[in-house]
Amino acid sequence: MAEERAAAFTKRSIKTSAKLAGLKMVVSMMDLTTLEGKDTPGKVAYLCRKALQPADPKYNVPTCAAVCVYPNMVKYARKFLGENSPVHVASVATGFPSGQFPLPTKLNEVRRAVADGADEVDMVINRCAFLAGDHAKVFDEIAATKEASGPAHLKVILETGELVTYDNVRLASEIAMQAGADFIKTSTGKVSPAATMPVTLVMLEAIRDYFFATGVRIGMKPAGGIRNAKQALHYLVMVKETLGDDWLTPGLFRFGASTLLNDVLMQIAKTVDGNYQGPDYFSLP
Amino acid sequence: MKTKLKPISRKVSAKRAVATIAAQPVVPLKERRLTFGGKWDYAPAPEESRNYVITPRHELFINGKFVKPRSGKYFPSINPATEEKLTEIAAADEADVDKAVKAARRAYEKVWSKMPGRERGKYLYRIARIIQEKMRELAVLESMDGGKPIKETRDVDVPLVAAHFFYHAGWADKLKYAFPGRTPRPLGVAGQIIPWNFPLLMAAWKIAPAIACGNTVVIKPSKTTSITLLRLAQIFQEAELPEGVVNVVTGSSETGTAMVKHPDVNKIAFTGSTEIGKQLAQLCVGTGKKLTLELGGKAANIVFEDAPIDQAIEGIIAGIYFNMGHVCCAGSRLLVQEGIYPKVVRKLRDRIQTLRLGNPLDKNTDIGAINNKPQLEKIRELVQCGVAEGAELVQSSCTLPERGYWYPPTFLTGVTASHRVAQEEIFGPVLSVMTFRTPEEGFERANNTPYGLSAGVWTDKGSKIFKIVNQLRAGVVWANTYNKFDPTSPFGGYKESGFGREGGLQGLAAYCRLD
Repeated sequence: MAEERAAAFTKRSIKTSAKLAGLKMVVSMMDLTTLEGKDTPGKVAYLCRKALQPADPKYNVPTCAAVCVYPNMVKYARKFLGENSPVHVASVATGFPSGQFPLPTKLNEVRRAVADGADEVDMVINRCAFLAGDHAKVFDEIAATKEASGPAHLKVILETGELVTYDNVRLASEIAMQAGADFIKTSTGKVSPAATMPVTLVMLEAIRDYFFATGVRIGMKPAGGIRNAKQALHYLVMVKETLGDDWLTPGLFRFGASTLLNDVLMQIAKTVDGNYQGPDYFSLP
Repeated sequence: MKTKLKPISRKVSAKRAVATIAAQPVVPLKERRLTFGGKWDYAPAPEESRNYVITPRHELFINGKFVKPRSGKYFPSINPATEEKLTEIAAADEADVDKAVKAARRAYEKVWSKMPGRERGKYLYRIARIIQEKMRELAVLESMDGGKPIKETRDVDVPLVAAHFFYHAGWADKLKYAFPGRTPRPLGVAGQIIPWNFPLLMAAWKIAPAIACGNTVVIKPSKTTSITLLRLAQIFQEAELPEGVVNVVTGSSETGTAMVKHPDVNKIAFTGSTEIGKQLAQLCVGTGKKLTLELGGKAANIVFEDAPIDQAIEGIIAGIYFNMGHVCCAGSRLLVQEGIYPKVVRKLRDRIQTLRLGNPLDKNTDIGAINNKPQLEKIRELVQCGVAEGAELVQSSCTLPERGYWYPPTFLTGVTASHRVAQEEIFGPVLSVMTFRTPEEGFERANNTPYGLSAGVWTDKGSKIFKIVNQLRAGVVWANTYNKFDPTSPFGGYKESGFGREGGLQGLAAYCRLD
C-alpha cells in the first residue's frame, strides 16, 4: 500500500497558481548540494551565489535553504555567504557517505565542521551496526553526534538504499528521532536507489507518529534522485497530505539536490512568461 | 511537557539523548494535531469535456440500430454534480423489450451461436481496442453521467472495461479447454440488468462473457446512468458486431421486469439491490431460466493490532470512500482490535480531511457526487439514525457545492452490532467503526450479517491471515489490500449477497451449458 499511496500523490494535477507557489516553495526548501572529491573553493563560491540568488529578481524567487558541502568546504561556504546569511551552511559528516570510521574520528569531524561555521550537520547512520542488529549502537552514535553538533541542527541520513526494506526504514527513522535527530534524511545520493516516494512516505509516517507520541516536530529531507520540478511537486503534495500545512516550511522539509534547482527555475519562468527558455538562460550553480 | 520516550540505548548516551531531546520544542498533548488547511491549495484542474458532445436524445439500441421507443416516451438524464439535464433517454416498454429479445434470438439462431469461437473472439478484441482508443471520452462521459471522479473513471472503470473485453476475447476460442472433459454450449438469450454505480464496468462484466460464450444479449442499464452504455452500443456498431448480438433497452424497473418475465429469455444476470434481486428470483422460479445475482453487501474490514496501521488506513479509505461508497463490496464495517482503536480513529479523522470533494471532472477530486437524490436521502436518513442510536459522527469539514447531490466523507464511532448502521447497507461514503478483542471475535462479528460479499483482513502475521480467511463467509477476501479487481478473478457473494460468480473461469461457466 505504501507504493500505491505514493503513486496516488503523483496523480495530483498541480496547475497555474498552485504550480507557481509550489515551485517557489521548492526553491526555498532546497539544500543546494555539491559533494564531490573535486570540490574546490571556486566551485563552492558558484554554489553559494546561486543559492543566494537563484534567478533573475523579476521572478521573485526566494533564496535556497542551505548549501550542503563536505566538511573541508564549510569554511569557504561560510566565508562566501557571510555570518548572517539567509542561506544556511550544511555539512555532511561522520565519515560520509559510508560511515565506516571510528566514532571519535566521526565526532571530531562534526566538531570541526561546526567550529568552521556549519549551521546544520548531515550525518550518516552506522548501517554496519544497523544491519548486524546492533540498534543500540546506531542510537548511541546518533546521540553522541547530536551532542557534538551543539547548536547545529542535526539531519540523520538513513541511507535507505542500503536498508532496503520499509520495516528497516521505519525502525531506523524511529531510532534516529529518539536519539535526537532534528531531521531525518533518506540518502547520501551516493547509493542507488536514493530517495523514492514510498520510502519518503514511510519516513513521513514515522515522523507523524513521533509527533503524536512526543509533541516534537521532526523534519524530513529526501535527497538524491529528485531531478525535475514535477517530481519535487509530487513530494510537496505528499508532505501536505501526510503531515499537513505545518510541515510545508524549510524549517521542517528540505530537498537535497544539485540539478533540480534549474529545472524548477525553468518551470517558474515558463509559468510566469508563458514560454520555455533554453538552459543557457539559467546560471549554473 | 516532558517527553515520555525511553531511549533504547545501553550506555552513557541515554542521558545525553534525553538532555538533547529535552531541548527540542514540544507541543503540549492537547494541541497535537495536523492542519490540513489552505497553506498551499491546488488550483482547479478540470479535464477537458467540451470535445465530447452528448446528443439531446438517446434512443433504444435494437438489432444493431438506434430506434425510437414504441410509446414515444422519454425521461431526462441529469448530471448529479450539477442537477443539469444532460439528455433524454427512451423509455422501453414490454413491446420494445419483446422486439429486443426477438432480435437477440434471431442473431443467436442465425449468426452468433454458429460462428466459430475464434471469429467471435475477433469482435471482442476489436471492441476492446476501440474502448482503449476512446478511453478519455468514455471516462469523461461516465464522470458526467454518474458523478464519479474522473480520476476513478480514467484510472479504474474504463481500463477495467477494456480488460474485461480483452480477457474474454481470449476465451472465445478456448472454451473447450476452460472446462476439460465437458462440452460448453451457449445458453441462448441473456437478459441482463445492471446498476448505476459502475455503469460501463458492469456492462462489460455482463456482456463480455455472455457474447464470448456465444450467447446474445438484451441489457438494461439503470435509469440514472444510460448514456455510457448507449455510447458503448455505438462502439459495437463501429466494431461491426453482427446486428442483434447486443441490444440495449433503457427505462425504469418495469422495463427490467418485462425482460425477466419474457418467456424467450434463457438466462438472467442481475447486479443491484438485494430487495430487487429477491423479486427477480421469484419471477424466475419454475421458468427454467438460469439466474445469477450479485446483490448488496456489508463487508467487514478487520484490522488487527499487528497490522501496519498507516497502510491499513489507506485500505480502509479505499474500501469505503472509493466511488463515494457506491460499491457493493465496500468495506463499510470497520472492525478494529480494541488496543489500537483510538489511534485508528485519530488517523482516520486526519485522513478524511485530505479527501477532496467537488467537481467530478477535476483531476484532483477524490469524492464526486452522490449518484441520485433518493440515494442521498437514504444516506442522510441512515446516518441520522446512527446518531440517534448513539453513535458519534465524524465528518470531513469540506464545503459541499451548492447544486448537485453531495455527501461528505463520514464515519461513525461507537457503533455496535445492534446499531442499524452496522446492519444495513448504506451505499454511501459512510463507515461504521466497531471493535473486537480476539481473532475469534473478529471473524465472528465479520460473519454476523445477512450479507457475504467481501471482507478485508489487515495483519503483518501471515499465519493469522490464513486462519481468518478460511473462517470468513464472503465471496472475496482481501488481505492487506482492498477493492482489487481483475477480470481473471471470480467475484460474487454468499447468503443475501447473491449467488453465481462473475469473472474468471467461474464467471465463464455462468454463461455456458456444460454437457
